[in-house]
Amino acid sequence: MTIGLDHYLTVAAILFTIGVLGIFVNRRNVIVILMSIELILLAVNINLVSFSVFLHDVVGQIYALFVLTVAAAEAAVGLAILVTFFRWRGGIGVDDASVMRG
Amino acid sequence: MTFPNAAALAGPELILAISALAMLAWGAFQARTTTLFTAAAVATLILASVAAAFGPHGRAFSGGLIADAGSALAKVVIYLASATAIPLGERWFARRGMARFEFPILVLLAALGMGMMVSAGDLISLYVSIELQSLALYILAAFHKDDEKSSEAGLKYFVLGALSSGILLYGASLVYGFAGSTRFEVIATAMSHGAGLGALFGLVFVIAGIAFKVSAAPFHMWTPDVYEGAPTPVVGFFAGAPKLAAMVLLARVLSQAFGDSVGQWRQILVVMALLSVAIGAFAGLAQSNLKRLWAYSSIAGIGYALVGLAAGGASGIQSMLMFMVLYVVDVTGFFACLAALSRGGKPMESIADFAGLVKERPALAISMTVFALSGIGLPPISGLWGKYYVFKAAAGAGLAPVAVAALVGSVVAAFYYLRLIKVMWLDPSPGVTDAPPMEARLVTYGAALFALPVVLIALIYLDPLAQAAAVALSAR
Repeated sequence: MTIGLDHYLTVAAILFTIGVLGIFVNRRNVIVILMSIELILLAVNINLVSFSVFLHDVVGQIYALFVLTVAAAEAAVGLAILVTFFRWRGGIGVDDASVMRG
Repeated sequence: MTFPNAAALAGPELILAISALAMLAWGAFQARTTTLFTAAAVATLILASVAAAFGPHGRAFSGGLIADAGSALAKVVIYLASATAIPLGERWFARRGMARFEFPILVLLAALGMGMMVSAGDLISLYVSIELQSLALYILAAFHKDDEKSSEAGLKYFVLGALSSGILLYGASLVYGFAGSTRFEVIATAMSHGAGLGALFGLVFVIAGIAFKVSAAPFHMWTPDVYEGAPTPVVGFFAGAPKLAAMVLLARVLSQAFGDSVGQWRQILVVMALLSVAIGAFAGLAQSNLKRLWAYSSIAGIGYALVGLAAGGASGIQSMLMFMVLYVVDVTGFFACLAALSRGGKPMESIADFAGLVKERPALAISMTVFALSGIGLPPISGLWGKYYVFKAAAGAGLAPVAVAALVGSVVAAFYYLRLIKVMWLDPSPGVTDAPPMEARLVTYGAALFALPVVLIALIYLDPLAQAAAVALSAR
């Protein structure tokens, strides 16, 4: 069996779904949410790189490089906000973020 | 395209980027006087808006950046709205002993991102510009480090914003794969015989990602919490300009890349618009916190703008632009008014706090009444004109039933605006309010004057500008 484009797309779709579920189902920890976001972005990268190879078009790989760079910046900002949050709440549980409701 | 031409087309972006980076380097070495940074940032934004208004039109960087009438109008409004947010926020933080030189720089970077969003002509520049804007806004939402709610608002905004970026990006990767290019014009050529299932799947994800950014239902759940928790002047900033930027971006993607699939995306927009209007109207009824209430009001507002966009074509985009531009002025003024008011050093946020305000602070109470009436859409205040254009475009595109449904929603929403007015004008006051700060008062009065008499003259100029902008945004 040769591995074609659909196999890559399926893997990416599965990773993407796991990432989205990780955000909504997870009730424990904000760090896990950050990991889930990273998973979503990596799923996108698999999509981009496999499309790039099968289309013989290099733009997809350049796109993937941009995504990697932005993901690093995003993680830095997210962790910084998490630190200020931790200083107040003394925890990073998802349930800690519940001062505002309604 | 030669480099000097490309640099001229990217003039406003270059001004903002160079200035923000220079200020960052300068602030790292001597960061005592935030007033100087504020003045420099405001001057930069005004310079950039002049460059956007009078700069050349064209495409640069292989179609990644488009400067046209549409991006020019949006950029001028975005930069000016950012320029009012800087002194408001800086003084607000200074009174709380939290003046930091990073604040004006973050607003500059957000403005740079928004300016790039309205100029994006490629899926890569679309993603990078949205992220530049969002990352700056996450930090601004959490900027009040001495406040528990602010860091929670920043965290919620970050998590849901990052999720929406991921969804948008997944859609963009599918569109790239099935259209074979990231450039809008090439995507449009590939889609000219109808978009395939894969590309439509991608488009749905892209629309969902942008809907998160503009807080359209059913992707609105972050809005009330973030509006309540984030610092008031920051809310005034990100309730206006970023939504205009994201709506213009959506208009450009839908008409320049997917213009031949109107039938498909119109249904999605109509559903989101009606849900937004309904949720904005009904959930707003139950709110007692004014910032949360205005979050629902903004969800309903995006619903009307989406009705305009769903109408499609130049007239639909024009109605969306008119609505959003007038809305940006209204919401900036409203949150400036909220930032101006406090009692005993505590911000006034609950509706009950505003009881009898008309005897205490008549000018501010009248301004707030104007903003509330504008939210209802009472003639001849600015809110009416936005809705008028939207309903006209919707009726012209055969979406009259949708327009009528949205109108019913705005009748329901009228209840909470009228309740606020009743509380301010008829109820007895619970105590003396603090003296309102100058800059917040000025912005409030300016926006209120614009909403009531000035808009009638401004419409004469705004109408052809929005017309030209809409033609540029819908042209391929």
